[in-house]
Amino acid sequence: MADYKWPDQQHRSYLGKKIDRLDGPVKLTGRAKYTYDYNPKGLLYGALVTCPYARAKVLSVDTSAAEKMPGVKALKVVKTPGTETHWAGDEIVALAAVDERIAEDAARAVVVKYEVLPHFVQDEIEPPKDIPLASGPLSQEDLEDMFSNQVPEGKIADAIKTRGINWKPDEGFFKDLKGYGVDQVVIDALRGAQVKPGTAGPKSPYKRTAVQTEGDPDKAFAEAAYVVEGVYGMPVITHCCLETHGLVAEWPDQKSMNVHVSTQNVSGMAAQMAPMLNLSASDIHVEQQNIGGGFGSKFGPDSWGMHAAELSKMAGGAPVKMMLDRKVEQEMAGARPSAYGRVKVGADKDGNLIAWESNSWGTGGVTGGGSPPLPYLFRIPNQKKQHTAVSCNIGSARAWRAPNHPQASLLTECALDDLAAKMGMDPMDFFLKNIEMTGPRAKTYAEEFKIAAEMIGWKEKWHPRGDKTPGPLKRGLGLGLHTWGGRGHESHCDLTVHPDGGVEVRIGSQDLGTGTRTVIAIVIADAMGIPIEHVKVFLGDNKYPMSGASGGSTTSGGVSSSTHRAAVDARDALLAKVASSLKAQPEELEVVKGTVRVKSDHSRAMTWKQACAKVGPVGITVRGNNPDRTKPPDLTNSGIGGVQMAEVSVDIETGVVRVEKLMAVQDAGLIVSKKTCETQMLGGMIMAVSYSLYEEKVMDPTTGRMLNPNIEFYRLAGLPDIKDLRIHLHNTQEQENRGVIGIAEGAVTAPGTAISNAIANAIGVRVPFMPFTPGRVLAALEEHGQNAMAGGAM
Amino acid sequence: MNEEDRKKPEGSGLSRRDFMKIGGMTLAVPMVASPKVLRVGGEDVEVYGPEKTMVTLNVNGKLMRAELEPRVTLLDALRESFDLTGSKRVCDRATCGACTVWLDEKPVYACGMLAIDAQGHKITTIEGISTPENMDAVQKAFWENDAQQCGFCTPGFVMATKAFVEKNPHATLEDARKGLSGNLCRCGTYVGIHSALRQLTGMKEA
Ligand code: FES
Ligand code: FES
Repeated sequence: MADYKWPDQQHRSYLGKKIDRLDGPVKLTGRAKYTYDYNPKGLLYGALVTCPYARAKVLSVDTSAAEKMPGVKALKVVKTPGTETHWAGDEIVALAAVDERIAEDAARAVVVKYEVLPHFVQDEIEPPKDIPLASGPLSQEDLEDMFSNQVPEGKIADAIKTRGINWKPDEGFFKDLKGYGVDQVVIDALRGAQVKPGTAGPKSPYKRTAVQTEGDPDKAFAEAAYVVEGVYGMPVITHCCLETHGLVAEWPDQKSMNVHVSTQNVSGMAAQMAPMLNLSASDIHVEQQNIGGGFGSKFGPDSWGMHAAELSKMAGGAPVKMMLDRKVEQEMAGARPSAYGRVKVGADKDGNLIAWESNSWGTGGVTGGGSPPLPYLFRIPNQKKQHTAVSCNIGSARAWRAPNHPQASLLTECALDDLAAKMGMDPMDFFLKNIEMTGPRAKTYAEEFKIAAEMIGWKEKWHPRGDKTPGPLKRGLGLGLHTWGGRGHESHCDLTVHPDGGVEVRIGSQDLGTGTRTVIAIVIADAMGIPIEHVKVFLGDNKYPMSGASGGSTTSGGVSSSTHRAAVDARDALLAKVASSLKAQPEELEVVKGTVRVKSDHSRAMTWKQACAKVGPVGITVRGNNPDRTKPPDLTNSGIGGVQMAEVSVDIETGVVRVEKLMAVQDAGLIVSKKTCETQMLGGMIMAVSYSLYEEKVMDPTTGRMLNPNIEFYRLAGLPDIKDLRIHLHNTQEQENRGVIGIAEGAVTAPGTAISNAIANAIGVRVPFMPFTPGRVLAALEEHGQNAMAGGAM
Repeated sequence: MNEEDRKKPEGSGLSRRDFMKIGGMTLAVPMVASPKVLRVGGEDVEVYGPEKTMVTLNVNGKLMRAELEPRVTLLDALRESFDLTGSKRVCDRATCGACTVWLDEKPVYACGMLAIDAQGHKITTIEGISTPENMDAVQKAFWENDAQQCGFCTPGFVMATKAFVEKNPHATLEDARKGLSGNLCRCGTYVGIHSALRQLTGMKEA
């Protein structure tokens, strides 16, 4: 049987090396086409009329003037009179016109009357103590919310059993759940659930879950030698993809549709659109060559995408482009849930963590948002925790790179850092002392701490809280650690070896700019022993074999495994065909650097092209799959741990924070494409600098509207903000043996925590909430008084 | 806020595009359609629109013509009328640099300028710099240093960087950081851009 193992060191010409990304030139020269760039003949431009109020009831919609405007080709009222809206930016009317200006004029000509209803948008305020526990039946939104926040499936099933559900799911619903990979325990729980229709939850914006207890936290706190209590948190932020959400839909005839869509989920798009359009998924052709950012927010067609599909049909099939404008994008195309928490931790006199208590809260929109897994990483023996979901009238939550992890990391590791400060201990020593509590990756973290410390000069530079050097500029060091899964998803591909030596692979995946194309080409070239130039990668089309959505760092493991198996099979099929001409058995042959030869006698050889010429006029086509238990070993794995350390400077007169250094050490399994892997990690770290210092969806409590739905006041980090960032890939042999693991999510988690801890180290006080703006830094300094600046106040 | 106000963003009574329409009032536009002549402040001012007028642009060395309303931005004209989609629309408010093109030799935000006002100037877009087969030194440096991910900000960055290094061949990294602060990248490719800049100018840290 063929050997499907990853090639060993001698057979790696590309694997783990720094290879320039395949799609560099088309992107660098502006030739790469994105959904936004698709300009077919007869294109109609979509526009939306959106609700200006955070909560309202639609009383009337008058579209007569808009419909009469020349150039308006289709119009659809999305929210009919009587409907309630739940956030500013919600769509009321969708329309399409011959150019964008006319579409905008027409949208302005629509007159909507509303009854304005009370709203709530303040998630940062600590919820009152005396809220009753959420007990009513779960709605579909509650369920979706739990999924998107990765609540463990056992917990979801328990909630369904104890609380019941408020609708009756049909077989189609169960099938969909299965399709999304939802665990059977949840489906069984739903089947057996008590249906209590119409009893929607209480009107309060707060939904509090029951207290979860492990061990004896009260006793542990009573016995603890050191206890600290603090409040920490991070606000809702947006995805702010540079290419906004949207798609172009067209109907070549009444029975089929073509869609160009900005998505992380090419293979899974048609099935989501088909039922609502009375089509079969096989009638929908989905394409996307390039995407301008997704970060977890682009898995579905979205309501506005469905409007485009309907408007196109209404307009006789003409293509309709519905890309959100920046304002609406910021208002409703994705919110990373906020998380705040009052956290108490305790340690014994030797610095062993013994007790945890947290009351956390946060919002992910109207349905509340799930709870971050607390305490993060450290299985503290005695715990008590409770979470309150806050329902706010903002656009719904979407997965944002490493859902829940940055929040959980901040709430946990800042508290631990404060505890170390109280004990007068170097936080690195304190974390290391308790590292066994992190479980199977403890040894890796310990190794990574040492490397990171060396990279940043921790031993030389670290000082106790509060930089005592004179002058307003204070320096500090901080650390954070994270984990993620990263196992490869389901992936299939077809690989063809052409008689002229060309190799092409067709796979229904997508390259988000993470380097998917490059990863695939590297894998195939090394598995077949040929120059990478021979390999052509075709992706971004749902007519190619299904490959999973790109989320949760699952793509590298998935596509590399399926394409590797295909390449091995195709190579072996080729060797079987040419063996007799080299007077050898197929097993005696190998392909090295484009030469097919007998392993024991290199003089019996032919070029790759000569070999391919012998396969017959149609070449060889094989299917590769992941997972594939018939073709072991398992080529991908799950579970990474990483450590990051930050050095910041804080000007205590202006409150300005600068991230001077950020060092990351990351275990990553077998690295396929080193260059894009490093870029991807650095990208995560830069996004984290951005959300730590600048990003916040600022909501106005009075009007309920987002105050910064743009890019000038929703600030992103720029070139001047990024200084010395470095990474070290901790890919020891032991790590490589684990196979391919995705790393994207990990990199974005720890830096925020490290930055927060570094600020506390620099100025001697904790700035509780992100983003760490000058105002917040100065307020924290003021609150703790002048002594704080002299250090050691906490 | 009442319904009337809602229809006029920013509550000014003018939409941004209405404002740009006024911005399109000009003394020196090459004649292509007959403008209205208004007397403003004692001077005759030619006013175009709101109906379409013939606009001629010199883009990448070619004359291109389209019938456009005067409120159409240079960016939208390039993308929609001439299918030059390398320049991206991201903020549409002159903040992010994704739409950077050169007007004569100077980098400008194409979203912040009306097409009608760009007449008579030499416009260079990313498509005018090179082809994928024949990339320029800046593009090669970006490629080698992997200064891109999704690539949506990339054409704008290339246009801004090329203009910057040509004007400041001996810039320090600190100068370059400031000089290119008018471009934003969401994927976080700044470290790669730093490396590309270092390679291009042989610059040292700060
Ligand atoms: S789109 Fe022009 S600067 Fe952002
Ligand atoms: S590469 Fe994606 S925004 Fe810059």
